[in-house]
Amino acid sequence: MNTYTREELLACAIARLIGDARHVAVGAASPIPATACALLRARGIGLRISLLHKRSGNPFTEGSRELFDLAGQGRIDVFFLGGAQIDGEANVNLVRAGTNRFPGSFGSAFMYFAAKRTILFREEHSRRTLVPRVDFISAPGWSPPEVWRRGGPQALVTGKALFAWQKESRRFRLESVHPGYTVEEIRDDTGFDYDVASPVVNTEMPSREELALLRGPVAREIAANYPEFARRVWAGAA
Amino acid sequence: MNGLPANETRFLAGAGEIAAQIPDGAVLALPPDYSLVAMEVVRALIRKKSRNLKLLGVPVLGFCADLLIGAGCVAEVETSAVSLGEAGLAPRFTAAAESGELKVMDATCPAVHTGLQAAEKGVPFMPLRGVLGSDLVEQRSDWKVLQNPFSPAQDPVLLLPAIFPDVALFHARWADRAGNVWIGRRKELATIAHAAQRCYVTYEELREGDMLEDELLAPGVLSSVYVTAVAQAERGAWPLGVADLYTIDDAHIAHYAKEAKTREGFQRYLDEHVYQGRTARVRDRAAHR
Repeated sequence: MNTYTREELLACAIARLIGDARHVAVGAASPIPATACALLRARGIGLRISLLHKRSGNPFTEGSRELFDLAGQGRIDVFFLGGAQIDGEANVNLVRAGTNRFPGSFGSAFMYFAAKRTILFREEHSRRTLVPRVDFISAPGWSPPEVWRRGGPQALVTGKALFAWQKESRRFRLESVHPGYTVEEIRDDTGFDYDVASPVVNTEMPSREELALLRGPVAREIAANYPEFARRVWAGAA
Repeated sequence: MNGLPANETRFLAGAGEIAAQIPDGAVLALPPDYSLVAMEVVRALIRKKSRNLKLLGVPVLGFCADLLIGAGCVAEVETSAVSLGEAGLAPRFTAAAESGELKVMDATCPAVHTGLQAAEKGVPFMPLRGVLGSDLVEQRSDWKVLQNPFSPAQDPVLLLPAIFPDVALFHARWADRAGNVWIGRRKELATIAHAAQRCYVTYEELREGDMLEDELLAPGVLSSVYVTAVAQAERGAWPLGVADLYTIDDAHIAHYAKEAKTREGFQRYLDEHVYQGRTARVRDRAAHR
């Protein structure tokens, strides 16, 4: 069996969710989604990646508003959002919980509507982060029919499991559990209620080919924009 | 504050002179850490004990805002986020927001851009898609939701008032003798300069001639018509970066993130990097020029 890190497993899971998108945008502080995109490119898939925080040669010449204008025009297929809290209706909170203040909503309140698909990603899988109801809605998981909305959540990936979003019932469905965790543990660690696929499978492990790419060209590319992350995950490899 | 920039850009002696032009209580529009930040002026504002500034993050804020907040210069921020990026939470912002000392007007990135674009065009408001159903709409009494007048079907849309900052402040690679500044692709700087009443820019190097006469440079130029005053500040964005010249000093930001977790550590940081050390030497050199 191949040995891999948790970050590598998550990047591979996210790469599969991105699927056949043509244009993916990656926002602030998202090294694992950025790794997933770089992996697809390294496999020769013709994917356009707009990295908001690319340090040199970033794709925008109209300043920091261009990403949002692109999304408004319908040119962004996939976007990623995290959340200090995420609830069972796919609402995202980036502002505050109890007395704790978080950085803020960034572009979430717009991108969640304008991008065709959003992959929710939060490594910490606990009752602290996955809550019955968020304390503050930075961006809502769904909208009533009269409200313009091009896209919404596709899936939620955590450090322990992968959930698919069911648009009609507005509920998550547990699809796969990462190796080392059980369905019962996921239930214990999740604050919101959700459906369960039958069967729930184990999240697919990174293949030998994926690991070779991750530790070669992908590590080098990611190190340019997320140096701390690359040092932690691929110390020496890049 | 009132009075849009005059015809001629003034050349000031240094970052300290720019700081002296920014009054207490001003609404100060600032770019994100990854853009071009006039850090030398930010340090000078702290040294002159600026008070009650209202920071506008275009569209987010980071290290420079955390310094100003920690130093007690800021009463209020309007921003889509304040963070140190890979170095994590902005510690002084977080503490001040949690204690209630700092008023935070939460926004979302394209709402800030849209409000400034309205100001650029001189229109009172502009619409933005999305955002409906976010608690931001409830919280922001200055934002309104109206029916799209062009749609026969029910179609609520968010309207944002124009944002008119008092002061735009940023750093640039070059200024020229005509008072133009070169910002390259960082067009959010042009947006805040267009929208603001006054615009102050520090620059790395002075270029001879007029950059607007150069076809290759001109698209990255902000014309002097928008620029109130400039001052030279070599490595003036440090510890943040200037594309092609120097990159953000990650180790320094990580050190700051650790120090600023406590008030004492933050004070130590100010003593070392704002009141003394490299910064003070650069300032003193500028004063003797």
